[in-house]
Amino acid sequence: MTHRHKLWAALALLVCLHALVFFAGFFAPYDFAAQNRDLTFAPPTRIHFLDAAGNFHARPFVYGLKNDPTSADGYAVDQARVYPMRFFSRGSAYRFGRVLPSGLHLFGVDDPGRLFLMGTDAFGRDQFSCFLYGGRISLMAGWIAAALSLLIGIIVGTLAGFYGGWIDQILMRGGELFLALPWLYLLFAVRAELPLHIAGWQVFLLLVAVMGLVGWARPARLIRGVVLSAKERNFVLAARGFGASDMHVICRHVLPQTYGVILTQITLLIPQYVLAEVTLSFLGLGASEPIPSWGTQLAALQQYYVLSSFWWMFLPAILLVPVFLLYYAAADALQERLASVPL
Amino acid sequence: MKYLAQRVIHAMALLLAISFFSFALLQLAPGDYFDSMRLNPQISSQALAGMRSQYGLDQPLPIRYERWLTALLHGQLGVSFASRGPVGPVLRLRARNTLVLSGTATLFAWLLALPIGIWSATKRNGWADRFWGLATSALLTVPDLVVFLGLLLLAIRTGWFPTGGMRTEATDGLGYWSDAKDLARHLILPALAVALVSVPILIRHIRAAMVEALESPFLRAARGHGIANSRLLFRYALPAASNPLISLAGFSVATMLSASALAEIVLGWPGLGPLLVESILSKDIYLVVAIVMLSSVFLVAGNLLADLLLFASDPRIRVE
Repeated sequence: MTHRHKLWAALALLVCLHALVFFAGFFAPYDFAAQNRDLTFAPPTRIHFLDAAGNFHARPFVYGLKNDPTSADGYAVDQARVYPMRFFSRGSAYRFGRVLPSGLHLFGVDDPGRLFLMGTDAFGRDQFSCFLYGGRISLMAGWIAAALSLLIGIIVGTLAGFYGGWIDQILMRGGELFLALPWLYLLFAVRAELPLHIAGWQVFLLLVAVMGLVGWARPARLIRGVVLSAKERNFVLAARGFGASDMHVICRHVLPQTYGVILTQITLLIPQYVLAEVTLSFLGLGASEPIPSWGTQLAALQQYYVLSSFWWMFLPAILLVPVFLLYYAAADALQERLASVPL
Repeated sequence: MKYLAQRVIHAMALLLAISFFSFALLQLAPGDYFDSMRLNPQISSQALAGMRSQYGLDQPLPIRYERWLTALLHGQLGVSFASRGPVGPVLRLRARNTLVLSGTATLFAWLLALPIGIWSATKRNGWADRFWGLATSALLTVPDLVVFLGLLLLAIRTGWFPTGGMRTEATDGLGYWSDAKDLARHLILPALAVALVSVPILIRHIRAAMVEALESPFLRAARGHGIANSRLLFRYALPAASNPLISLAGFSVATMLSASALAEIVLGWPGLGPLLVESILSKDIYLVVAIVMLSSVFLVAGNLLADLLLFASDPRIRVE
């Protein structure tokens, strides 16, 4: 597999992941807020092809659950109740792609039956659906914060690298301040400025903006380095010799040379900010309960009894690993590809 | 000597800048601790104003910064609103715990990373190198939070490690030796956790530095002289590779502090991390700023220490 194939594979999988999360309403069988008060902490539902008599069914089915105080997790399979799986089934209403009202779901089971791919939480909410919906908030937080950091990083880095002198000194010393603090402490310090309860969208966006503001120093430094060498290239000097304005030289000749650094920084910054949001929400300092996010989902693990008795509550944490793996693989492939292609 | 003076001045300037930043943080915070009391019908507005002036919240900005800075120079970091007392004693205890944790974790991490890094570098592109390369990449992609939660799960399920706190009540005060043993038992899990998340980067850097040293011309010459492999590795290559590694040790203080803050919270070690979250949740802003400042002091001290070590180990720096 060449660099190119690796890069395209990683990018294609990333697009798939984002599509899954963006169309969460379609891929998730239930709404993230739908509670099943009689099915709290239900284990993942097993999907069967063979019935009790050993006959094969082309259409997979699930059994119902009944309470059973003698079993470890409090539930037992009720083989008398059989619910065949339906694909493209009608279910709870949502907005397809956030616009089109729809009730179509990729899969589901007939109504009194329930299909929990990853089990349920303390309120009997389907963890799989919560994970998909939670990705919306977490990934969006990552994207917005990364975009913000990069925007500031590009402006500051270009100014510092292009003009040099005291502008460079002031901007880069200021950046050092942000690099000098351990990032978690810095994040917490800036978080302390915002209201405690993050419920409304505006406040959440403010939090994301703050996360983005905290991390501008590293991209700024890298971009400054590229600009420093870019402004000495012959064609840039020639353009300046012809009397091109600073603005023209920066936009037409200098900035295009930074695109490699910017692309790799995007793929590195997004997972970093997703993690920042997850960490804050996990600690109860980010998105809070009614808003689904990966962090609030993991927050349930802070209770020891949840960790010790219900193993499926750990599944969202494990599912985070491939998400980060994809981003890092993309960053890796991008770096290799850029190194192999001369500018 | 000039080099050292430069480093110290740089560190001081950085700390002063961070104190400005911290104070700005104090001032920017919307509302203060007493705002929540305004809704309480039992506290009159006069009493509230009295409390504000008692804590100096009614003074103009420059005076507050001056007071705060002089107090800081006297080693006083302000008053915790929540505990109605100075920040210092609480902070000292928690800072000690954090230092114990991150110190042990640093030790674990380097003890783990050094042999692995050197091993990978000597067997470059061999199976051991490939294995460790894969292992470090895998460990790097798992978020810290997930690693910590996984270890917590392991500890709860197996009962190999005690979870939460730093000592067991029952064995408290049974003598110095049993106390130390108890502390070590509680320390192992969080220290292992922090070491585990910081070790992959260390391994990568150690390997890179060693590979560079092993491929340098002077080492090839030494090998040509027929010097034994082990002597070559430890007497020749390792000192040559130590320069970037010492800088790395300075830089890794930051990641170590962040990682141990999160590990403290998840695994219940009573350090600065949990205190910081508590103080944010109770809007105890002086405590927040004191903790952030303290973390930056640790960081600057770590970097300064690395510079000192570099000065001692690298003759090139001394000559300059």
